[in-house]
Formats: sequence, C-alpha cells, structure tokens
Amino acid sequence: MRRISWFNATSLTLGFAFLYLPMIVLIVYSFNSNKLVTVWAGFSTKWYGELFHNEAFLDAAWVTLRVAVVSSTLATVLGTAAAYVLVRGGRFFGRTLFSGMLYAPLVMPDVILGLSLLLLFISVGLDRGMLTIILAHTTFSMAYVAVVVTSRLVAFDRSLEEAALDLGCTRWDAFKSVTLPIIAPAVISGWLLGFTLSLDDLVIASFTSGPSSTTLPIKIFSAVRLGVSPEINALSAILIAIVTVGVITTSLVSKRAITKRQREENRAGP
Amino acid sequence: MADHPRTSSQTEFAPWTDPQAKPLIEFRGVTKRFGDFTAIDDLTLDIFEREFFALLGPSGCGKTTLMRMLAGFENPTEGEIRLSGQSIVEVPPNLRPVNMMFQSYALFPHLSVWDNIAFGLKRDRKSRDEIAARVEEMLRLTRLDQFARRKPHQISGGQRQRVALARSLAKAPKLLLLDEPLGALDRKLREDTQFELMDIQEKTGTTFVIVTHDQEEAMTVASRIAVMDHGKVKQVDTPARVYEVPNSVYVADFIGDVNLIEGRFTPTGPDRGEITYGAGEPPILAETTEQIAEGQTVTYAIRPEKIRVSAERPEDRSNVAFGKIIDIGYLGNVSTYHVELAGGQMVKAAMTNATRVERRDFTWDDEVWLSWRASAGVVLTQ
Ligand SMILES: Nc1ncnc2c1ncn2[C@@H]1O[C@H](COP(=O)(O)OP(=O)(O)OP(=O)(O)O)[C@@H](O)[C@H]1O
Ligand SMILES: [Mg+2]
Repeated sequence: MRRISWFNATSLTLGFAFLYLPMIVLIVYSFNSNKLVTVWAGFSTKWYGELFHNEAFLDAAWVTLRVAVVSSTLATVLGTAAAYVLVRGGRFFGRTLFSGMLYAPLVMPDVILGLSLLLLFISVGLDRGMLTIILAHTTFSMAYVAVVVTSRLVAFDRSLEEAALDLGCTRWDAFKSVTLPIIAPAVISGWLLGFTLSLDDLVIASFTSGPSSTTLPIKIFSAVRLGVSPEINALSAILIAIVTVGVITTSLVSKRAITKRQREENRAGP
Repeated sequence: MADHPRTSSQTEFAPWTDPQAKPLIEFRGVTKRFGDFTAIDDLTLDIFEREFFALLGPSGCGKTTLMRMLAGFENPTEGEIRLSGQSIVEVPPNLRPVNMMFQSYALFPHLSVWDNIAFGLKRDRKSRDEIAARVEEMLRLTRLDQFARRKPHQISGGQRQRVALARSLAKAPKLLLLDEPLGALDRKLREDTQFELMDIQEKTGTTFVIVTHDQEEAMTVASRIAVMDHGKVKQVDTPARVYEVPNSVYVADFIGDVNLIEGRFTPTGPDRGEITYGAGEPPILAETTEQIAEGQTVTYAIRPEKIRVSAERPEDRSNVAFGKIIDIGYLGNVSTYHVELAGGQMVKAAMTNATRVERRDFTWDDEVWLSWRASAGVVLTQ
C-alpha cells in the first residue's frame, strides 16, 4: 500500500474530526456519572439504566420503532410496485411525468412536505396520531425505495421474466418467483433506507404527530429545549448506534449483494 | 449423413405434400414492425406436426422475432398465427403449449441447475416424485447429473446451454422453439446433441422449430428448411431440395458452396437449353423445370462437387471446359480446385482426396479439363 502524504493525512483527519467529533463527544458524555453534562466525573452506565425506567422515552421509542417498521414496509411495497411499472410498463401515457414526480419528495424541503401533509390530513378530517406519521413517512420513503429499485430493474435481463412466463407462470408468479428474488438485495436496502429515514425524521413527524403519539426525535428535541440531560445523551448514543448499524448494513447489502447478483445474472448468459 | 437413421423415414414423412394434412402452425400474411422497421414482411408459412423445422438466414433477418411471435412475446402487427387451427394471437405465453429455449439461455441465476429444470414442472402442480423423476431424466439426457446442485454462474457456457435445453424440454411441450440451441458446444458434443434432439423428437413426437447459423446442422436435423432474408421466406423445402434445387441465386449462394455463372439463355427443347457465357467458351447445356424466354439473362448454379477435374478431355459428359488451376484449398477429405477458364471465369471444383496429398494428381498451374452433366446444375432466373 502506498504511504499517504502529510497533506492528505491532515485533511482526512480534519474532515473526519469535523464530522464525527460532536458525536464522539456526545457518546463519551453519555457515560459520564455526573449530573452536570459538561463536567466529567468518572465512567458510569447509570444514565442508560435510568433511561430504561423513563416511561415517556420508552413510549416514544416504541412509537418510533413501530412507525419506522410499518412505514418502511409499506414504502417498500409501494415503491417496488411503482418502480416495476415505470421500468416494465412500456410506454404508457404520462410515464416520463410519473417518473419525474416520483423523485419530487427527495428534493422537496421537509417543511413543505410536512406542511402539505398536515393540510391534507386536516382537510380529510384525519386525527393526527401514529397513523398520520406512518402515512407521511411512507410517502417520502417510498420515493427512496423506488429510486433504488428502479436502478436495479433497469439492469435486469428481461428475458428471465419471459422465460418464466414461457414455463407457465402468470405475470404475478413470474414477478414473485424470478424478479423479486433477484432484485431482493435492492428491495432490502430500500427498506433499510426507509427505516433509518423514518427513525431520524423530526420535521415531518412534528407536523403530522398528535398529542397521543410522539416520536423519539420529537421527544428529544423538546427535552433538549429545557436543557441537556445525561439521559438524552444516552438516548442519542443509542440512536446513533442503531442508525450506524442500519447505514452500514444498507451499504453492505446494497453494494455487495446487488453487484454479486448482477454479476451472477450476467454470467448466466452465453 | 448417408447412414443417418431418419433418411428412410424422411421419405415417408412428408405431410407438406399432402393437401389433406392440417398444419400445426399456420402463419398467414404475418407482418411485424418495430416502429417503421419491418422485421417480418408478409410471411405465410405452414409447419406440420412432428416436423423438425429449421430457420436459416443471416443475422438480423427476423428468425428470433418469428420465434418470439410463436412463444407469445410479440404480437404480429398484421396477419394471423394459428396453432392447431386456433388463432393464438390473443393467447398469453403461459397458456400456450409452447416452450422456448432462449438465445441468451435466460437461466434463473438464483436457482440451481436442478431448480431451473424443475421450474416449469412446478407450475404444472405435478407431484414431488413426478417432478424429481422428470428432472433426473432431463439431467441424464443432457449429461448434467454432476452439476445439478450448482448455480448457472458456476458452470461452463456449454453446460449452461444444456441446462437451457433441458429446461425447455422438461415440460414436453407440443411445440418446442430452439433459438440457436447448440452454438456454444464443441463439434463432437454438438453432433451428439443433434442426434439426441432427433431422438427426442422421434420419441416424443414434439414439433421442433430450430434457428441455426450452421447449415450443416440444419441439413442434419431438419425435415424442412426455411431460408429467410430480410423478414421474408425465400424458400421452404427439404434439406436435399434446398441444396440441389434452390429457387433463387440468394438461396443457392446462402446454402453451401456454389459456382454462379451468368449468361444468356437459348431454349433447345421443352425442358432444356443452352447458356452462353464468356467469350470463346462452349455454351453450357442445362435442364430446366420452367419456361425461360430466348435471350433472357440467367444464372447457372452448380455445386463444386458436381464438377469433375481430369487431365484428359472426357468424352462422356455434356459439358466440358478447359482451364488452369489457380489455387487449391485442402480441407482434408476434399480439395477444392479454383480453375480459371480461358475467358477469365473462375470455377470451383471439389474432388474427394482418395489418395494421400503427396500423390495428388493435380497441382498449381496445371491445365485441366472440367466436366459435368447437363442435370448437375440449375438454371435460376431470380
Ligand atoms: N424490440 C425490437 N425493437 C426494434 N427492433 C427490433 C426489436 N427486436 C428485433 N428488432 C430488429 O428486427 C430485426 C430482426 O431481429 P431478430 O432478432 O429476429 O434477428 P435474428 O434473425 O434472430 O438475428 P440473429 O441471427 O443475429 O439472432 C433486427 O434487425 C433487429 O434489429
Ligand atoms: Mg436471433
């Protein structure tokens, strides 16, 4: 391996320090035994223990988890279906428009998305609660899933589906037993993406949540406004851990498995 | 080819000569356009049950498109396709008693060889034992027993081709479409597989439509050959007739090696005439099957192996020509002599090498006589 130059080493260190120092400080202080956040008084895990007795936080965590699982699952189903239609549906009227519109939630500011969803829920008379958060999260996660799955489907050899039809499958059968298993890594990474996005969303959730259902980011945000507590540090450290695992798994699953599957597919030809 | 087991049955099996016979597949005025490109052009064709029908033609002439219309992946722009008398244009691929072996194989990369072959059988709701027995049978037939547990990307190109073949055969369809099924196999395995295919066909009574680039393969396996060009069928006939009596210069030139000599026709009888070509050559005496007008420009097509090369002028042949050997192509069993006639016309003559090369009778620059019978060639007007 080539030795890295001083200049490169310095800029790399500075860049990563800039990115990760705040989080490292947070994690370190979550193990601080002192009640005062900024004064170090020795290592302790007691705040983690206290956290698990804090009903409000536990409730919020439970809501967040359910919202993330349900919304990312819904988004995966809808996003995959949308991607499939857009790639395989042939040239139907308005296809370009639809595929453009699918990307809109990706670039739309969260505030606008949140506000518009709020207005929609109010106008149809839907009470704000867990259901509305799930619907809102599904909306934007779905766009991410569709993007990931579309790029995989474009590279997918269509004659595999034809072979399945030829051997007696209906279209649905062919999708289920040939297309889906082959694009599964992309679908899974879409799900993970949706899951992590839902987990750390604050803006959209604060527009669409009701008094009965508060998600963890909202809870943290409002708690912090009253002052940072070591408990919050511990909670944030846990969230960082979950999101990190999610992101790493996503990139592993997508990079490795998608390219592997694709290579296998390409190498199964003449 | 002479000791080929089908030769005897081929003479009996000729439903296309029987006006009462109902074709299994009927193409009626079928046209297929992609945008403004016409891939298949007003094609009418009958294929009969139990036939081994070969599609032959240059790349891009529409062979795969024709197959895809039979399998149900493309719909004709115009015209009708019938299977057993029923129009199948509206029938989706999964409901057609037709299986296809794809040019790209289209093996399922996530399934093992075994599961690939079993795939179609599982859709038929057959019992486990039945499926297993059938898969084992197919594996044995295609000699893939050792590879049953491997994934498609873990086997060689030739083995993949055999998996694709096994998978399409497994369901024992009424009509089997093979798009260049044996291209990636070495010669020995290809010949073995050809005979296996014919054997399978004989046993199962399945109708085969095969696309191939290999003329010899088409000659070996096919009951009839359709020679295609630019989305049109030029000639449909038995291999022997396509070879011996091509109906056009295109077909004569496409199948095998041929001498094409252009000249002017003069009738000398109801079924014979003379062709004048080049300066100073005696006219070619030829037999004809159609009425050709005096003075019409025709092409005389004659296969190299129909021409004899000799040192002395032969007395017993109706056509003789004198020339000099320019080049000799040695192919092992035969040698092709390229002979330039006095008028500059090049003629190829093929002779079997009955003796070893060192003792060959003719060599470069030898002056030789070429001779052939009046019935050896055909007179083509198109
Ligand atoms: N989906 C399509 N859209 C546009 N043109 C097409 C399409 N499919 C085939 N063609 C064109 O139709 C023509 C016939 O194609 P086809 O695949 O039938 O050729 P082929 O005879 O099978 O050739 P090869 O021997 O190379 O396999 C080609 O010129 C091809 O470019
Ligand atoms: Mg083709």
